[in-house]
Amino acid sequence: MKILVTVKRVTDYEARLKIKPSGEGIETDGVNMIANPFDEIAVEEALRLVEKHGGEVCVVSVGATEAATQIRSALAMGADRGVLVLHDQPLDCSGISLLLEQVALQEKPDIILMGKQAVDDDSHQVAEMLAERLGFGQATQANKISIEGNLATVAREADGGIETLGVQLPCVITTDLRLNTPRYASLPGIMKAKKKPIDEKKAADFGLDLTPKVRMTHFEFPPKKQAGQIVPDVTTLLAKLRTEAKVL
Amino acid sequence: MIGFELSEDQKQLRHLAHEFAKDEIRKKAAHYDETGDWPSDVLGKAFELGLVNAHIPTEYGGLGLGALDGAIIEEELGWGCTGIATAITANSLAQIPVIVAGSDEQKRKWLAPFASEHHICAYAVTEPSAGSDVAAIQTIAVKKGDKYVLNGQKMWITGAGHASWYFVLAKTDKDAGHKGMSAFIVPKNIPGVTIGKKERNMGQCASDTRGITFEDVEIPVENLLGKEGDGFVIAMKAFDHTRPLVAAAAVGLARAAMEHAISYAKERKTFGKPLWHHEGISFMIADMASDVEASRLLVWKSASLLDQKKKNTLVAAYAKRFAADSAMRIATDAVQVFGGNGFNREYPVEKLMRDAKIFQIYEGTSQIQRVIIARELFAG
Ligand SMILES: Cc1cc2nc3c(=O)[nH]c(=O)nc-3n(C[C@H](O)[C@H](O)[C@H](O)COP(=O)(O)OP(=O)(O)OC[C@H]3O[C@@H](n4cnc5c(N)ncnc54)[C@H](O)[C@@H]3O)c2cc1C
Repeated sequence: MKILVTVKRVTDYEARLKIKPSGEGIETDGVNMIANPFDEIAVEEALRLVEKHGGEVCVVSVGATEAATQIRSALAMGADRGVLVLHDQPLDCSGISLLLEQVALQEKPDIILMGKQAVDDDSHQVAEMLAERLGFGQATQANKISIEGNLATVAREADGGIETLGVQLPCVITTDLRLNTPRYASLPGIMKAKKKPIDEKKAADFGLDLTPKVRMTHFEFPPKKQAGQIVPDVTTLLAKLRTEAKVL
Repeated sequence: MIGFELSEDQKQLRHLAHEFAKDEIRKKAAHYDETGDWPSDVLGKAFELGLVNAHIPTEYGGLGLGALDGAIIEEELGWGCTGIATAITANSLAQIPVIVAGSDEQKRKWLAPFASEHHICAYAVTEPSAGSDVAAIQTIAVKKGDKYVLNGQKMWITGAGHASWYFVLAKTDKDAGHKGMSAFIVPKNIPGVTIGKKERNMGQCASDTRGITFEDVEIPVENLLGKEGDGFVIAMKAFDHTRPLVAAAAVGLARAAMEHAISYAKERKTFGKPLWHHEGISFMIADMASDVEASRLLVWKSASLLDQKKKNTLVAAYAKRFAADSAMRIATDAVQVFGGNGFNREYPVEKLMRDAKIFQIYEGTSQIQRVIIARELFAG
C-alpha cells in the first residue's frame, strides 16, 4: 500500500501573532513554525496503516525551502521519503490542490491522507478540491479508518453520533482530532531521517497557471474582551442583564 | 565566526526533549517528588525515545550525539523536573569514564548492553569522609593474582539502588596521593557489594541516592580502566563532559522558575496593578532572564569546546558555577514573587527551590568550581 500524506508548515498555534502593517497577512518573521497538527495525525495514521498492511509512506509539502523541516519531522516519525514542491509566491487552495494533483499523478498512491484543515488559515478546502481533480472518492474528518482489500471504512463524528462510510481506493481521507495521538519522533528516528530522501520539485516546472483566484485582503484581531464586573447581588445582576446587556 | 543558531537537527532534538518534558516528565514530577519512588515508567519511555545513553558512540550501539546536542536535551529535561532528569542522566556520569578510558573490549562489554535494554549504572567516587577532596578517599583495591580485592565505603551515589554496575575510584597505592588512585568497573551482583537505604534528600527526590559498602569484593583485573594510577585523571576527565550537562539541567530549572514567575506576576494584583508593574518585581525577573541566557551561553560554549576536541575544564567550571548559583537564586526569587503561595506545595516553585540547591553541591561544589577557576587564573 502506498500512502501519500500532505504536511503544511504553519505558524505555531501557541505563538502570539502579529498582523503585518499592510493588514494583508500575518507576520511570520521570528514566529515559531510547526507542522499542521492535523497533518501529524495523518502521518501517524499512515504509519499505523503501513505497519499493519505493509507499504510505503511518502510525505509531500508545498512551500518554501523551509518546509523541508516539517517533512523531516514526518520522516523522523517514520515516513519513508519526502517530496517538496517549491513555491514561494502566494497560492490559494485551488493552486495548492493543482500542484498536489501533479504529485499524486506521479506517485499513484492508494490513499492520500490529509489534515482536515490547516490551523493557520482554516480553509478546509484543499483535500476536497484534490479529490475532485483526481476523480477520487473522499471521506473527510475521519475518527477511525480501516482498510480491507480495496475498501476503506471510515467513521466520522457527526452531531450526536457516528457516521460510517465505505470508500473505494484510491481515495482521499482527511483526519479529525480524535483519530489518534501522533507518536514522538524518537532520537534514533531523527538521526535516521537525515538519510532519507526528499525529492525537490519546482512548482513552475509543472507549467500550471497558479495565479490565485482568492486573495487574503484584510486581517484584524477580534475586539478586545472587556473586563468583567463583579456585582454585589442577584438583583443587580438581573437589572444589569436587562438594561445593559439587554439579554433578558 | 560566532554563531548561536542551532542546526535543524538540534532544533528537532530540543523539540522532542521539550515535548517529552512537557507531556511525560511534568505530569509525574509532583508525584515522584512526593513519594520519592523511582520513576521507572518515565525512564522507560525516555529510553524508548532514545533520550537515555544517546552519547554512547555508534560503534557501541549508541547514537554518538555530541556534547552540545546532549546539553540541549538536558536543558529541556531539567525544565521538566531535575529530579527525574538526574535519574535519566546520571548514567552518563558512569559511562563517560568508560567511553574516555575504556578498551574496545571493555566498551563492548559495559556500554553495548545499554543499546538494547534500559540499564542503570552509577558513578561512585564520594565517600563518607571524602567529597570535595577526592584524593582523601579510603576505599582500597589490592591486587591478588588476576583479581583486585576491594574494601571501602561510598556515599551519595546517584542511581546506586538500580544500577547494574558502578564506576568506582579506589586507592591502589595509599601513599601516592592522586597518582595512587585507580578506576574500576564493579558489577552490582557480586559477593561483598551491599547497597544502603535510599537517602531522604531535600530535593530531586525522584533520584536515588545511596551509600555502597564493598567488603572483600573480588573484581577481575580486566575491570581496571586504563592503568593503575590513572583513576584520578579518568574521574576528573569525566567531569569535563558531565559538568556542561549538569549545568544545562540547572538552566532548565532556572528557566522553569522564571516562566512561573512571569505568569504569576502577570496574574497577581497588589495595590491595584499586576505584580510586574512594580519595579521591585519586574527587575527581579529581568535579572532572572539575563542570568538564564548567560548560563545557557556558558553551557553551550563549554559543550561546543568539547565537540571541537578542545580543553574545556575552565569553561565547564564557569558554566557549572554560574548556572548552579543562578538557578538557586532564581528559584529563591521565584518563591519570593509568589509570596505565601510560593512557600506552599500546591504551587510549583517551592519544589524548584528545593531541587536547585543540589546543583551547588554535586559534581563539584560551587566553591570547588571557584578553586578550579582560580587555579587556572593563577597558574604559571
Ligand atoms: C543528591 C546527591 C547526589 C550525589 N551523587 C553523587 C554520585 O553520583 N557520585 C559521587 O561520587 N558523588 C555524588 N554526590 C556527592 C557530591 O559530589 C559531594 O557531596 C560533593 O562533592 C561535596 O562533597 P562533601 O559532601 O563531602 O562536602 P565537603 O567536601 O565536606 O565540603 C563541605 C563544604 O566545604 C566546602 N569546601 C570543601 N573544600 C573546600 C575548599 N578547598 N575551598 C573552599 N570550600 C571548600 C564545600 O564547597 C562545601 O561547601 C552526591 C551528593 C548528593 C547530595
